Amino acid sequence: MTQGHVSYKPTDEVDFVIVGSGAAGGVLAKELSTNGFRVVVLEQGPYLRPEDFSHDEVEVFIEHQLTNNPKSQPVTFRKTPQDKAKVQPSVMYGRCVGGSSVHFTANFWRFHEIDFVEGSKVGKIPGSTLVDWPIQYSDLEPYYTKVEWEVGVSGLAGASPFDPPRSKPYPMPPLPTKGSGVIFERAAWKLGYHPFPAPMAILSRPRAGRDSCVNCGFCLGFGCEVGAKSSSLAAMIPVAEATGRCEIRPNSYVHRVEVAKGGRATGVVYFDAKKNAHLQRAKAVILAANGAETPRLLLLSANSQFPDGLANSSGMVGKNLMPNSGVVAFAVFDEPLNDYKGFAVSRVLHDFYELDHEKVGFYGGGGMDARFDLTPGAFALSALPPGTPTWGKGLKQAMRQNFTRTLEIFCHGTSLPVETNSFSLDPDVKDAWGLPALRMTYRDHANDLKMMEWMKDRAMELLDAAGAKTKWHAPVGEQEFAVHLLGTCRMGNDAKTSVINTDHRTHDVGNLFLCDGSSFVTSGRGQPTMTIEALAFRAADRITALAKKGEIKG
Amino acid sequence: MIEAAQHAHQAAATGSGKFEVLSGEQARQVEAVAEQIIPTDDLPGARDAGVVYFIDRALKTFASETKPMYDKGLARLNQKTSEKYPGTKSFADATSEQQVELITELSKQGTMVDHGRIGPEESDDFFQTIRMHTLLGFLADPSSGGNQDYAGWKVIGRSPDHSFSPPYGYYDKNYPGWEAVKAEMEKK
Repeated sequence: MTQGHVSYKPTDEVDFVIVGSGAAGGVLAKELSTNGFRVVVLEQGPYLRPEDFSHDEVEVFIEHQLTNNPKSQPVTFRKTPQDKAKVQPSVMYGRCVGGSSVHFTANFWRFHEIDFVEGSKVGKIPGSTLVDWPIQYSDLEPYYTKVEWEVGVSGLAGASPFDPPRSKPYPMPPLPTKGSGVIFERAAWKLGYHPFPAPMAILSRPRAGRDSCVNCGFCLGFGCEVGAKSSSLAAMIPVAEATGRCEIRPNSYVHRVEVAKGGRATGVVYFDAKKNAHLQRAKAVILAANGAETPRLLLLSANSQFPDGLANSSGMVGKNLMPNSGVVAFAVFDEPLNDYKGFAVSRVLHDFYELDHEKVGFYGGGGMDARFDLTPGAFALSALPPGTPTWGKGLKQAMRQNFTRTLEIFCHGTSLPVETNSFSLDPDVKDAWGLPALRMTYRDHANDLKMMEWMKDRAMELLDAAGAKTKWHAPVGEQEFAVHLLGTCRMGNDAKTSVINTDHRTHDVGNLFLCDGSSFVTSGRGQPTMTIEALAFRAADRITALAKKGEIKG
Repeated sequence: MIEAAQHAHQAAATGSGKFEVLSGEQARQVEAVAEQIIPTDDLPGARDAGVVYFIDRALKTFASETKPMYDKGLARLNQKTSEKYPGTKSFADATSEQQVELITELSKQGTMVDHGRIGPEESDDFFQTIRMHTLLGFLADPSSGGNQDYAGWKVIGRSPDHSFSPPYGYYDKNYPGWEAVKAEMEKK
């Protein structure tokens, strides 16, 4: 418990209870408490402080210090609804105050106009439920700007000719250019592309009482010990707590939304650290638990009035999961880059953001970045060239030569929405609290695999243009692991085909709101967090307006 | 963090390190296998990095379920050793050349861990498991109990510092800035 901050009793009927403290929950908590509301945020993970963050790969990657632990929270996986799902670690998300924003890479790309209207632009795609968003880029633009200035994003406005319109420049210049960025940039210019400094949610200058990046090199996967990474933990939660109206309650695992007879949500039920259950009462409930746990929570909340799960009259809760597609290419150069120093990404390419699908033979598009995001152990286990001896002198020589000389080109792209790709409750497997485990059903749309093959070829061409002698790529294949958890409670105007409206209010329950990756209608080009936060800033405005007009009722 | 690393290092240096899971004899075998996976040359190897202490801790904590695999794997390796080299009781007692032969045979049962980030690679193969633990014990932050004195980081060329200023290496040394490069490339 933080001293001096407000704390409520579960029996206190607060204005809002927010489930989840990550990219969306943190922003909502800050905005709503600043707007004068009494807010309780329930976070299933611990409240870690900067001094708790280490650079220990074992603690972070293997002992799951910051993320969901497959041992206590098993996930099952299957490719199609006809298959029986097997226990398999297939979902990763942040499980601590700040959520996945604590450990993310911090690539902060805005969505472009196309991402909101691609459905009507390309028409019906067999096997996909692709439709337009009910809001446009212009609706979100002010909120993207808010994210950049309030959460803290470094970048160079106007550097990419493909960028959508913006109302304000970035509040800080880009972070330093790494060797990987220099090599990538020169190769890209040579091929006629338009590389630009990566927009990153990491402070390049001290700001709002937070330090700027010290370039420690333990970024992706790790918490930032100086608070330079613009996580909800560093940027939003302290502001929310300082209002004196917001309580962050960690180690609180919500497993049911409580609904009164008339269909009004009255609060949420959670287990505390000792597995005792409590009902936190609230006038309105906001689920920001991520694109896996938000639909799971709705399904867990089924009752006689809502037998298929809460807010699920459309049957769309959990459907249309879009994890984004991705593939990585590697190269080793002659001289040391020492790219282990610093944050991950310094250069990005958006020339492939909006491709002519008739020309390339697939829908969607993607972006590319140059990076080195591998910590020493992860490097030795996953980033040595194929054919490297697995042990002995040859292995040691390769580690010795390559660690300082390797870079990655990461290709990110769309996932088409497919109705059978989904999260649901596993009928057999239970978690350590006795609750039905999350079941993931997923098979990439063939289009997305085609796109990744194409992107991979472009990445290999870039490495050729860069003069890389040793280069290789990971295989393009069907994904069985999701980190970006998008689309599973999609936004829409039609209550028959969507779960929430443009105010993030569920069509079925008047005082129940959902805001996180689950709200997405399309997947963008592989960097969703900025849009999650822009949606959260916008949702906070809409919810505030509804509350002030007295329009939040069951 | 530093204290834990110092403690582990002292234990290794004096040879009086207490193992919590491995028997003294098992620890001797594990260290010999690890030393073949990352041998000492002009730079430190697995023994110098105290990998065996990391593995002992792993078997008590995050990899406790692999202890039976170690028990069986080490026993099998010793048996192989005495079959192949009669009179040699254990892997650790074999000559380095003999150990190379034995690991060559053992490693054929496993393939290199493929692409994909570090994670709980489920593997029922003893060699793959001890290989993964050895690499982690060699390269993870010393607070994990391995990589003593940053021995592993010396090998790969990672500075033990945790704060850096650019330029970092050869390619960004004389970088003139994005605008300058853009202007130069557009002229061409």
